[in-house]
Amino acid sequence: MSELPALDPPTNSEVEPFWAGLATDRLLLPECDACSHVIWYPRSWCPVCGHDSVTWTEMSGRGTVYACTVIRKAMGPWADATPYVSAYIELVEGPRILANVVADDPGAVHIGALVAAVFVPVTDPPDGSPSRRLLRFAPRGPDHG
Amino acid sequence: MSIRGQAVIVGAYEHPGRSLPDRTVPQIHHEVAAGALADAGLALADVDAYFCDSTAPGFGPVSMAEYLGLAARYVDSTETGGSSYLAHVGHAAAAIATGKCRVALITLAGRPRTGGAAPGGAQRILDSPEAGFEQVGIFSPVGNYALSASRHMHEFGTTSEQLAWIKVAASEHAQHNPDALLRDVVTVDDVLASPMVADPLHRLDCCVVTDGGGALVVVHPDVARSLGRAGATVLGHGEALKHGDAGRTDLTYSAARWSGPAAFAEAGVQPTDVQYASIYDSFTITVLIALEDLGFCAKGQGGAFVADGGLRSPGGRLPFNTDGGGLCNNHPANRGGMTKVIEAVRQLRGEAHPAVQVPGCELALAHGTGGALSTRHGSATLVLGAYA
Repeated sequence: MSELPALDPPTNSEVEPFWAGLATDRLLLPECDACSHVIWYPRSWCPVCGHDSVTWTEMSGRGTVYACTVIRKAMGPWADATPYVSAYIELVEGPRILANVVADDPGAVHIGALVAAVFVPVTDPPDGSPSRRLLRFAPRGPDHG
Repeated sequence: MSIRGQAVIVGAYEHPGRSLPDRTVPQIHHEVAAGALADAGLALADVDAYFCDSTAPGFGPVSMAEYLGLAARYVDSTETGGSSYLAHVGHAAAAIATGKCRVALITLAGRPRTGGAAPGGAQRILDSPEAGFEQVGIFSPVGNYALSASRHMHEFGTTSEQLAWIKVAASEHAQHNPDALLRDVVTVDDVLASPMVADPLHRLDCCVVTDGGGALVVVHPDVARSLGRAGATVLGHGEALKHGDAGRTDLTYSAARWSGPAAFAEAGVQPTDVQYASIYDSFTITVLIALEDLGFCAKGQGGAFVADGGLRSPGGRLPFNTDGGGLCNNHPANRGGMTKVIEAVRQLRGEAHPAVQVPGCELALAHGTGGALSTRHGSATLVLGAYA
């Protein structure tokens, strides 16, 4: 088992605010200006009510594991990283997000486990561009206060 | 308006090959087209409508219609992954019912076993709007389906042993199919002892990877009468998509919860009326969730339904996938919907292997789940009746 690959993801102008947020260790998601739905995956408009504007809003980054698997066989740069956890994380703000959970013991990650966002620099940023970061999650303790 | 009884499947052909290193994909399209038309007693010149998925080589149906020498007057390349061909049957029936065509040919071909990765995959995924948000190390579909399995187990107490019974039943059926890739009968313990690929799914929870394909011929009832060949009347069709729902997805169900009731309503029958079911089996969990959504048992009760030989033919609660399914027989081009329809037609004709033939089979269901269960997929359901 080695570190998970952190490859520069495909992106585009519509969702640049999401990536800009991650670059400053903030999880910004589009919140509909009309119905307040927090939208995943990010879009510049609301597919729930059809409204055409959103506000990129900072999330707490806290959530729980909604579904999870330990990948034991993989391909390409991921092959050396097995076993690792891929999961759906339910943010406290509502959206269920597909993401990796970075954990010392992959087998210990379970549905209902508490997790928090971590921001992982990509290892292959394109020449001349600032390093993007990826959204992943890691186990956390219970909330206090 | 309904398509009930407005079209008949009179030709069905499954390529006998499972490893075809010396064929091109267009050649396989031709072989299965010729096979299905011969089964029907028709020729390429009789075809006036053509259906294929988006992985057909070249410019989709345009290239393939030229290669096959078809004079197509009605065309459909609906792409819902492995469920496409069930959707195509429904669309063909609707086109026939409204007078757009009379003889529809549907073909599928691919070579993932000897030709590398499935066609049409990588670039399409990178161009998708979700691409940047799903780079989580799930390459083969198994990890994606494992997520749904994990949630189903969590909410309903479904067990790996129960999922294994699905593979066991498929293997018991496959032993009678000389063309099946895997003909050895396996036990629940064999499934549980096979290597874990993506928890909670083991290697034997996964379907085979095979070259090959299949084809169907769907015709107007007047054409069917002129042929004198038994077949399957299209009684009902339903299709639906399920996706991430802007972040509020629920992994415990599939789009079958919409496609199934639509198909049953059009056919005017209930799940309890179905004597045989072909259920898409890319993974064991695909079957279990579909059975619940189609109404063969209540949500959460799929584990008990499939356990202890529940899907065996004969003798099970619901005889399923008597060819051995994708789990043991064939999953050509990584797309199992075509073979689901073909085995349902065999059952309705009484031409399944005698060891697994459902006696007096008059009503069958075929169901497909295409795409990826936990992120986005298309379900399509057909209710079919015996045509003699």
